[in-house]
Amino acid sequence: MEVARHWRQRATRYRLEGQRHVRTGEVRFPARPLTVGEQDGDWEPLRLSGRGEIYSFSVIRQAPDGFESMTPYPVALVRLEEGPLVAAQLTDCVEADLAIGLPVEMVTRQLLDTGADNLLVYGYKFRPRLVATTERL
Amino acid sequence: MMKPQRPVGLVGYGVYVPRYRIAAREIAQLWTDGQGGLPVDAKSVPGPDEDTITMAIEAARNALARADLAAERLSAVWVGSESHPYSVKPSGGIVAEAIGAAPWVSTADFEFACKAGSEALTAAMALVGSGMADYAMAIGADTAQSRPGDALEYTASAGAGALIVGPAELALATLDATVSYVTDTPDFFRRADRPYPVHGNRFTGEPAYFHQISSAAKKLLTDLGKTPQDFTYAVFHQPNAKFPQAVAKRLGFSDAQIAPGLLSPQIGNTYSGAALAGLCATLDVAQPGETIFVTTYGSGAGSDAYALTVTEQVEAARGRAPMTSAYLSRQVFIDYAHYAKWMGKLVMG
Amino acid sequence: MSNTYLIGAAATPVGEHYGQSLAAIAAQAVRAAFATTNLLPERIGALYVANAFGESLTGQSQLGAYLATAVGLRGLPAFRVEAGGASGGVAIHQAAQAISTGQCDVAVVLGAEKLTDRLEGAVEAALAIQSDAESEAINGLTLTAQWALLMRRYMHLCDYPAEAFAPFPVNAHANALKNPQALYRFAISSDKYRKAAQIASPLNMLDCSSLGDGAACLILAAESVAQKLAGPHLRLAGSAVATDTPSLAMRPDPLDLTAARASAHIALGRAHMGLGDLHVLELSDPHGIAATLALESIGFYPRGEAPRHAADGAIAPTGRTPLATAGGYKARGDVGGASGVYQIVELARQLRGEAGLTQVPKARVALAQSLGGVAATAATCILVAE
Repeated sequence: MEVARHWRQRATRYRLEGQRHVRTGEVRFPARPLTVGEQDGDWEPLRLSGRGEIYSFSVIRQAPDGFESMTPYPVALVRLEEGPLVAAQLTDCVEADLAIGLPVEMVTRQLLDTGADNLLVYGYKFRPRLVATTERL
Repeated sequence: MMKPQRPVGLVGYGVYVPRYRIAAREIAQLWTDGQGGLPVDAKSVPGPDEDTITMAIEAARNALARADLAAERLSAVWVGSESHPYSVKPSGGIVAEAIGAAPWVSTADFEFACKAGSEALTAAMALVGSGMADYAMAIGADTAQSRPGDALEYTASAGAGALIVGPAELALATLDATVSYVTDTPDFFRRADRPYPVHGNRFTGEPAYFHQISSAAKKLLTDLGKTPQDFTYAVFHQPNAKFPQAVAKRLGFSDAQIAPGLLSPQIGNTYSGAALAGLCATLDVAQPGETIFVTTYGSGAGSDAYALTVTEQVEAARGRAPMTSAYLSRQVFIDYAHYAKWMGKLVMG
Repeated sequence: MSNTYLIGAAATPVGEHYGQSLAAIAAQAVRAAFATTNLLPERIGALYVANAFGESLTGQSQLGAYLATAVGLRGLPAFRVEAGGASGGVAIHQAAQAISTGQCDVAVVLGAEKLTDRLEGAVEAALAIQSDAESEAINGLTLTAQWALLMRRYMHLCDYPAEAFAPFPVNAHANALKNPQALYRFAISSDKYRKAAQIASPLNMLDCSSLGDGAACLILAAESVAQKLAGPHLRLAGSAVATDTPSLAMRPDPLDLTAARASAHIALGRAHMGLGDLHVLELSDPHGIAATLALESIGFYPRGEAPRHAADGAIAPTGRTPLATAGGYKARGDVGGASGVYQIVELARQLRGEAGLTQVPKARVALAQSLGGVAATAATCILVAE
């Protein structure tokens, strides 16, 4: 059983929580440990909007163990509106729906079923926006 | 009739329906050679990466967007379902974490067949109505199971509704009163560790659905001193297309009153999500000052009835998240083979 | 600092060696390499084992001691080097450093992988964790899909159809046809490429390398040892390793393989050479896009032009930047962490004029570059015939 490894990712995977630099405003995702020269307090947690557009995409037909039941499945690099790129699966779409530049939004879905006596892993995926012009506050 | 000490109402609502559908005719081709009547036109089917938790999360996010409320202000996130992905491990914890309500929040998973979501709603009314909390979220969500070939297979579908209860003065619809009616009526059940529920066929009708709903609805109308004509809209639990229309007629509600909230012909029975999603669809079109009468039903059996009055807040709130119609109109029909694959009905060895 | 020379090189055929263990193919390669020299095993000072998938696919760890024993070098200091697909290049770099700094005067580099003991799903999973496992592999991204994402973006920016990448596998297969050690000894055509089934769109089956079992061995020696042997002498004129983020998403410009460029230019600098001095190349080329991005990132061609030049014959043995003369990753076979060692075995053939039908005319200076993941590690080595 593998629990801690997934549990500690919950803010990242469930809420798309990244970091914003308190002075420069730079946003990065996922959150990273402080590197040499950085101080406590340089970066603050930031929940990203989940809105972005497709930077590139592929449909995987030869999958790693654990993903067979979803094959074929689309994946993408998504350029989030706050700036970072994120690699993720796309869902609720087929290859013909996809294009570079297509607006997408984050949804939370099952990433992986690690077995009957193990965790269901949930996390972010992206889908073509449900409502193109939904006003969100 | 139960009324909270402090007036409460809905400050947010949100719905979720998967994009996939299977036509009832497609199922009938397999089991009855297409003969016989069909209880619905189609039902929603969860995608291969969807379950009660993922659907609850999206409905909850829609409700929060409509409420324009920071998730941290929720004191409770309660998830009603008969298809919680874990037998032991709260769906509510994952949902609360995902929407940002954790860690200072009460979560619990409710189960009462198709009225698990309205149980959570009544509890949320009490939590806010007592003054213990300002905001509580009640979610009904299901990816309902059904044995291949069973009558339930035509209707058992997937969807979710999420409601945020808050102070009446901030509400988009006030929750004026409720009743709950429960008897031990074994019309439908699933024993622990069994994959599919069983049901009593015609026994699910008169002594079960019709008796509980009629009892609860009549009691609330009587206690409020109102008649069906005093309400603009009505929503009933909808296990198929026929039952909610029949019970509405018996109680004296018109087809027009139930039309906005009658989703089952298009998406089947979303179980714990059904009455809540019907209410959400009604709120999508209701105008300030209009009233809504809701009666839920859960096998086993019981009903909760509610009376709501829509306020002016509804107009600003509803555009902040996708309407029910946005989910209903995105529909991708799948064949039985895909349905069987995604619902785990293929023996993979 | 002493100069380092390549005095022995050999490899097993790349293939599905179901009947042989990792130890068996490793021993075969080491014996073959020793057979090309008259050295005794007692002369060896250290063993560097390049292997990326010992734990995940072969089920064996502590490969330094394990393979030292298996190949008859028991007792030696032995080091396992793991840098994904760049393991071979990094191991060569480490061995060359040991010699140039005088830690020993003869060292063995052994690249060995046993990849066919497990089925495709396990192989994809093992390859996928060369990226960032927690942010990319968990999402089901395979290594092939990472290259596919780059290919789609490249096609979008540079206005190419997928078929524009066909010249790379076509060239690789044409050359492999003449290499008895290659995994796939048959030719393919652009027409076949267009019709091939998708693996991770837009990458199709004919633009994806296949993994095979294999072992390759190099014997590196200090100048004092090498000069006593008959020429031509092959000098490791420079080598360098550079890294980048294993996660594609963290790169400012994912189409720019910065580690590939940095390691190539540092290695060339150490060799006191420039791109124009090179006669033959070995790159990590499991897909046309991988060769394209390496060629452009290193600076052989401006962005957007490598496929055009490839179509015009630039990557053929007679072209300006000959690639995959033994079949490359695509047709010789992708040998995981051993691939970087196979690259040097082929370049040694080229520089000695022993490459037969795929000989690059007058090849004297060669560059080998192996990449880990999508160039998260890049190891480059410059080899010069003297």
